[in-house]
Amino acid sequence: MAGAISLHLTPAHAERYENNPATRESDWVKWSILGISLTFFALFLLMPLVVVFYEALRKGWQAYLVALIEPDALSAIRLTLTAAIISVPLNLAFGVAAAWAIAKFDFPGKSFLITLIDLPFSVSPVVAGLIFVLVFGRTGWLGSWFIDNDMKVIFAVPGIVLATIFVTFPFVARELIPLMEAQGRDEEEASTVLGASGWQTFWHVTIPNVKWGLLYGVILCNARAMGEFGAVSVVSGHIRGETNTMPLHVEIVYSEYKFAAAFAVASLLAILALLTLVIKSFIEWRAAQAAKGDVEAQS
Amino acid sequence: MSNRNALPGFNLSLGYTLTWLSLIVLIPLAAVFIKTAELTLAQFWFVVTTPRVMASYKLTFGASLAAAAINAVFGLLLAWSLVRYTFPGKKIVDSLVDLPFALPTAVAGIALTALWAGNGWIGSIIEPLGIKVAFTPLGVLLALVFIGLPFVVRTVQPVLEDLEIEIEEAATSLGANRWQTIRKVIFPTLFPALLTGFALAFARAVGEYGSVIFIAGNIPLVSEITPLMIITKLEQYDYRGATAIAAVMLVVSFILLITINSLQAWTAKRTGKSK
Repeated sequence: MAGAISLHLTPAHAERYENNPATRESDWVKWSILGISLTFFALFLLMPLVVVFYEALRKGWQAYLVALIEPDALSAIRLTLTAAIISVPLNLAFGVAAAWAIAKFDFPGKSFLITLIDLPFSVSPVVAGLIFVLVFGRTGWLGSWFIDNDMKVIFAVPGIVLATIFVTFPFVARELIPLMEAQGRDEEEASTVLGASGWQTFWHVTIPNVKWGLLYGVILCNARAMGEFGAVSVVSGHIRGETNTMPLHVEIVYSEYKFAAAFAVASLLAILALLTLVIKSFIEWRAAQAAKGDVEAQS
Repeated sequence: MSNRNALPGFNLSLGYTLTWLSLIVLIPLAAVFIKTAELTLAQFWFVVTTPRVMASYKLTFGASLAAAAINAVFGLLLAWSLVRYTFPGKKIVDSLVDLPFALPTAVAGIALTALWAGNGWIGSIIEPLGIKVAFTPLGVLLALVFIGLPFVVRTVQPVLEDLEIEIEEAATSLGANRWQTIRKVIFPTLFPALLTGFALAFARAVGEYGSVIFIAGNIPLVSEITPLMIITKLEQYDYRGATAIAAVMLVVSFILLITINSLQAWTAKRTGKSK
């Protein structure tokens, strides 16, 4: 199941439909469809985005900055960055290994393995948090051992990191598998036959071929890691200044009716989302550019 | 082709994949079923069918279905606009379709609440007309529409782009009018993708938590979603109760995952992408 969308490499040239009598609708149909879909877009996507910044700045820049630099907010920002810095590289390593095994080799049960990798996308975030409480909580399988050894997982940072790894688990693998399958293994085989070692082949042949997809998987993984709410909320325990990530901090401040402060921190997360989308557009543009170059080189 | 191909690293990469998958995903998920097995069947049944939990299923599945249906209609129109028409700002619209994937759900939740609450930009217009959205089941629906939209657009859009113009030209030259061409030629090709998008949006909506709880109001028997019931049980230290409901949700997720995989295989077959 695609919990994330793949890169979209063939930008449509709508003119070819609009100028062709066989694929053109009458003007009133066209304007109705455009009107309805753009109204829907404005109502459901544009306005929620705009309102975040409007509410954040409602009490002025001064209040905005104060909300961002108060100690609890800063500690939430730090924890969010920590969780992302640990979970993204781990899932990157996993994604690359999984894609290499799945795309470059044949073995029984391959499609079942892909389904298993997809599992975290279809599990409710709340359930994702719960499973780590069941394993590491006070009454959990490993919980008593960890408590006896004075290590806290649940209601502490390790639990938050684990839950984050779980919810972002498939992102990199999901982007890479179809890309590497499409590439086939001819180039890698040629490289090994010519005497390159496995690592050399991987670094100099495979990675350059999939670098944009890889980068896209990483930024999606990062966006989700920094923004996860449900799973992290279950394992966090909401200890202010200690186990609150940015989304949890937003929730707490919001529930105290400090709306401007909640939206101020939320606006940072919205900027992160916009940045993710900008990088995605850039990657699509670069990948389209590269594809065009290939076509020109062949002709 | 056999595994004895020239490339190295099969054992290492597959071994690493399986170990990491088991540690992070499979073993923790198994905990749900093992913990649930501590309950007798009668106890399990009692926990997962109390009136409050039943009301939450009704809301979660009902609102998810409705949201996926709304997204199927408007997502199709939006995908159509993006592929077939030129209009100013199209690039921005196209990029922002992915916003619900990228925007943290808690941010979406408070933003939607701010918009649709009685004093919000939209709420202040519609509440005098007697339509209350925030803190009602309608608010739940709204949040689920928001998070599901990109699934439909992004599944339908590439299929629509790959549609060959010649097919429509042939239909037109054979005397079909535009509506007939759309209904009898284009729509049947799009249908598997549309259904996949619908199923993806539905699956995402069923488990959604962050964007919903702020706008739902969370009134018992009225606007509590099933994931919230798990949280409520956990807060009362009722781990068994929470786990039993989680087991129900997991089974639903598995069924949806399998359905979606078959739908995607069907789409690929219909659009001739699989070889």
